[in-house]
Parts: sequence; structure tokens; C-alpha cells
Amino acid sequence: MKVLLGIGGTDGSVDALDRTVARAAEAGDELTVAIVESEGTDVGREELAERVESAVADTDLSVEVRHVEGEPGSRLVEIAETEGFDEIVLGGGTTSPMGKISLNQIAEFVLLNSHVTVTLVR
Amino acid sequence: MKSDRRYPDSVSGPFEVPPIEFVDREDREIEIRPYAGSEAEQEALVEMYSAFDPSDRAQGIPPGQESRIRTWLESILSEDCLNVIAWDDGTAAGHSTLVPDGEEDYELAIFVLQDFQEAGIGTHLIESLLGHGAEHGIKKVWLTVERWNHPAVSLYKKVGFETTGAESFELEMAIRLHEDD
Repeated sequence: MKVLLGIGGTDGSVDALDRTVARAAEAGDELTVAIVESEGTDVGREELAERVESAVADTDLSVEVRHVEGEPGSRLVEIAETEGFDEIVLGGGTTSPMGKISLNQIAEFVLLNSHVTVTLVR
Repeated sequence: MKSDRRYPDSVSGPFEVPPIEFVDREDREIEIRPYAGSEAEQEALVEMYSAFDPSDRAQGIPPGQESRIRTWLESILSEDCLNVIAWDDGTAAGHSTLVPDGEEDYELAIFVLQDFQEAGIGTHLIESLLGHGAEHGIKKVWLTVERWNHPAVSLYKKVGFETTGAESFELEMAIRLHEDD
């Protein structure tokens, strides 16, 4: 399966990265990681790219890392639909002090507008 | 969470301060008391949330399995949080909580067990919690609510919450209990 993972440096993204890599290694998925613009994080793109490399280091996967500019939600949907991806994977949202989960606007946009299957990692 | 959250200029309240007693619309004698930290109270809450109808979950809480309920309760029953419980004798019928978010903001949530809904308990429960919070010097409280949850939204409006954010799936609402220093 051809999987497009969108990450942006939040805790949820890092968790989604680790779990998606583990799953791809097991299932033999073809994984592309799109690093998107993200608000509310100090983690830079280069640091994220290194994070991806270290996540796949212990696996047999060869993962393509792409830097995606512009509006993250619409760009992810566009890439997935024009390049034949089977699935978009995203972090499952942020958690409030109370433990309430809220979806960020990227996840909301992708869920509503994507024509390919979307997975939110919890 | 971001600390630039908007709050109403005017102060709401005063609210009733627990413990309080009242008879609900089903003629049950309900007592609302602040959580005092006992194991019996914790177990009563575990029982309440284990019986909770999944259709009344909000944004993933309460969680669905007992082990997760216990972990979640452990965090929101910690000493820096404020909790009030509505009791029908030994049964926890409802629970409302304030969880600190940074310096002086608190996030609020309220849950009423299905058998005890639409009996006036929620109004007393949230007012008691706000009274309890105001007494402890809490100034600003916020919450999120799913926008289609009209009974909850009208309860929050009734006690003084104003909508402060409407750009995502959930509405964000906030209330002020004291003036800023």
C-alpha cells in the first residue's frame, strides 16, 4: 500500500511517525513522509527530517521525505490524489489538560476533503 | 494550550457554594459535595464512568475501559484540580471538574450519568463547581463543547459562559469568576 504520512513537529506527529514506520515495516507499505508547515512548534524541518531518518534506521524501509510548502491540508490531499496514494496518515490531534482530544485544522480539512482513506493515529 | 484565550470582561456569579442539597425533578434527594480525596469517592466515580453511555462521550472522554478510566481520573483528581460530585445516597450521579491550564486558566468538564440527566442536576453541579472555584480564587475558566450538543451549550450560556472560539469542530466557551489583579 502507498502511504502518505503528514507530520509537522507536534508530539502527535512524532508519535504518528513512529507508529506508521513500525506498521509500514510490518506490512511492507511504501511510505512517503511529507513535512508540512506547522504552527505552535519549535521543531524545525531539518530536525524533523533527521527524526524520520532515525525512525527508519532500524528497518528495511526506504522512505521518501518531502518538504511540502503552502497550506498543509490541501497540499496533502492534492499529493495523495494526484500521485496514487492509498492512504493519508496524520497525528490524531492534541489533548487538552482535561484529556479532551481536539482535531487541528489540518486534520479537519483532510478528513472532510480527502477522497483517499485517512487514518488518525491515536 | 495557548494562553491568549479570550474571556468575557464582566464577572459572572456569585454561584452557590457546595455542599448543597436539593430535590431533583424525579424527586430524588441529591447532595453536591466537593471531592475530599477518599478512596470511596474514587471508586464511586469509577463505577459511574464504567456505566457511562458511550454516546455521551465528548472528545474522547470519559475513556471506555476501566483501566483507562482510572488513569484519567487519577490525573483530574490530583491536588491541583477542583472536583465536585453529585450524590444520590452512595451513588455518584454526576461529576464536574476544573483542571489547571498554565498560570490562572482552568478547563472545565461536567458529566451526568444518563439515568440522572434532564432532572436539573447539571445546573446545580456546574454552579457548585464555579462557586467552589471562585471561592478558591480561580479567575478564568474555559471549556470546549461539540457544536451540536445543544443541551450542553445552553446550560453553559445560562450560567454565564460566552462563545470565544468557533473556528474548529468544537465551540470554545469561557467565563470570568473574578476581575484580573
